[in-house]
Amino acid sequence: MIWIDTIVQGVLLGGLYALFAAGLSLVFGIMRLVNLAHGDLIVLAAFVILTIAGALGLSPFVAAVLAAPVMFAAGWLLQSYVLNRVLGDDILPPLLVTFGLSVVIQNGLLEGFSADSRKLSAGPIEAASLSLGPVTVGVMPLLTLVSAVAVIIALNQLFYRTRLGRAFRATSDDPVTAGLMGIRPRNVFAVATGIAMVVTTIAALYLGIRANFDPTIGPARLIYAFEAVIIGGLGSLWGTLAGGIVIGVAQALGAAINPEWQILSGHLAFVTVLLLRPRGLFPRAND
Amino acid sequence: MVDTAKSLFPRLVAVTVVIAMALVPVLGSRAMVQDLFMVLTLLVLALNWNMLAGFAGLVSVGQQAFVGIGAYGMFAAVILWGLDPLWGILIGGIAAMVLSVPIAFFTFRLNGAYFAIGTWVSAEIVRLSLAQWKALGGGTGTSLPKGTTKSMAGVPQLKDWLDVSSSAAADALTYWLALALAVVTLLAGYLFLRSRMGLGLQAIRDNAEAARSVGVDPVRLKALVFLLTAFGTGLCGALLFIQITRVTPDAAFSVVDWTAFVIFITVIGGIGTLPGPVVGVIVFYTLQRALADYGTVYLIILGLIGIAVMLFARKGLWGVFTARTGIELLPLRHRAPRRAR
Repeated sequence: MIWIDTIVQGVLLGGLYALFAAGLSLVFGIMRLVNLAHGDLIVLAAFVILTIAGALGLSPFVAAVLAAPVMFAAGWLLQSYVLNRVLGDDILPPLLVTFGLSVVIQNGLLEGFSADSRKLSAGPIEAASLSLGPVTVGVMPLLTLVSAVAVIIALNQLFYRTRLGRAFRATSDDPVTAGLMGIRPRNVFAVATGIAMVVTTIAALYLGIRANFDPTIGPARLIYAFEAVIIGGLGSLWGTLAGGIVIGVAQALGAAINPEWQILSGHLAFVTVLLLRPRGLFPRAND
Repeated sequence: MVDTAKSLFPRLVAVTVVIAMALVPVLGSRAMVQDLFMVLTLLVLALNWNMLAGFAGLVSVGQQAFVGIGAYGMFAAVILWGLDPLWGILIGGIAAMVLSVPIAFFTFRLNGAYFAIGTWVSAEIVRLSLAQWKALGGGTGTSLPKGTTKSMAGVPQLKDWLDVSSSAAADALTYWLALALAVVTLLAGYLFLRSRMGLGLQAIRDNAEAARSVGVDPVRLKALVFLLTAFGTGLCGALLFIQITRVTPDAAFSVVDWTAFVIFITVIGGIGTLPGPVVGVIVFYTLQRALADYGTVYLIILGLIGIAVMLFARKGLWGVFTARTGIELLPLRHRAPRRAR
């Protein structure tokens, strides 16, 4: 029985990791950009929510709604003025620029908010739980997983049902031809990064409510997010959800055996999947 | 075409600088020796990373794996097997090279940018696994037994010869080892890149398909570079922790200390150029001294400079210097073969 409980908790944790990873998966799928600052951007979003919630005395859920357009604008500006300049065949410049950005954001937050642990407080809902047959689950973790699924459904709808989504797919397949059809790849990239930052804000909301955060935790979140994206298969959003759940369940099982093994078993699951299926569980893109 | 007169003068300067640096423990203060030791070890790490990322196209964010395993190899040699720390350095380097085989096997499956994440995850796995090694202190780490460095081979003789305390003599010894390692790494890198294999490596970087069509095997060459730079990085890690004398998993596998700084040094100095890391380490050290009182601001400035270099001058300060003056130190170009008439 305890194993079922552990696995269910792992799946719920996987929802959070899928949220970390969805923005990364979106950006990679469209422009093949690997953003090493993604983890720090999640933490940045958490601090933006914290600041808005604190200044206006709002619940973090409402504050996140206000933070989303701020983060969209930040993503749009970042892509337009920095990242678009380094996209190209050479993978080195985008990697090094986002790595530099990661260090700048991390230390900027340390400077502005100190190294103290913070938490977003959502009130009584944090402690609420539901009985689902043999297992009891927390309302917040369940809401996290539901949000992850909702985000992925919404992104898929955006991709396959809207004009913007068509532009995303066309640019992803062949930016030059898309350009001939009147699409400006650089604008498309800027909007895509903006949307990724909105997803990041949602991830930050649940990260901040679930546990303490401080400016230095970004890189570890980045690693979980990347593992989820790669396990799922590059470019597949449902794959990313599956990847997040694989990492979450592996961590929960590892922690059940020995608390020191939680993170290690997540990494080992990642390595095992890659050794068995080098292109991930649900590969889509040919790269 | 390389102008001999133009490149002779910088070479004389380089030799003079190396001799002057070798004299620091004799003439300079102990604080200076310790400072320059850190600079030299960072230089060794940067030279190795430059070879990986700048010449072999392997952008690793996991070099701390090899620094850490080198340090732990040295500690194991001293504490568990009772060897001299100098043997420990060699064992650390070999341990890093052995570790690089499974890491390469795993990460070489990952394309381009995902290779970076693969190396990072590998380093995390090694860190978390070594934190379980109870004989070396587990998660809290351990120290070298008291007096280990003072009784290292050569230290008593140096103590008499320089007429200083044992600890100052140990500092001098590790300093000279770091200087030797830096000079050997730089020259070995130069000779390797001038060799047939090095030419193949640069051909792959410039055009993989064309290189393959004339018989260059990219995977084999890149794996070789990965293995050799792991060895150099491991040696350097072991040497660093002889001076630090205390090891913890977090310090030995620190991504900021052993990878982030090294990346910025290389990028600012000029990635893909041989003297780049040397220039970068000088800039890095100057900034560190100037901004020592401002803590994190210094890292922010370093990050911003790194971003600016990538946006506006991809070959770094050395690249700008070469383009402006035409002076080349350690040139890598070959004279075109004369056409048969």
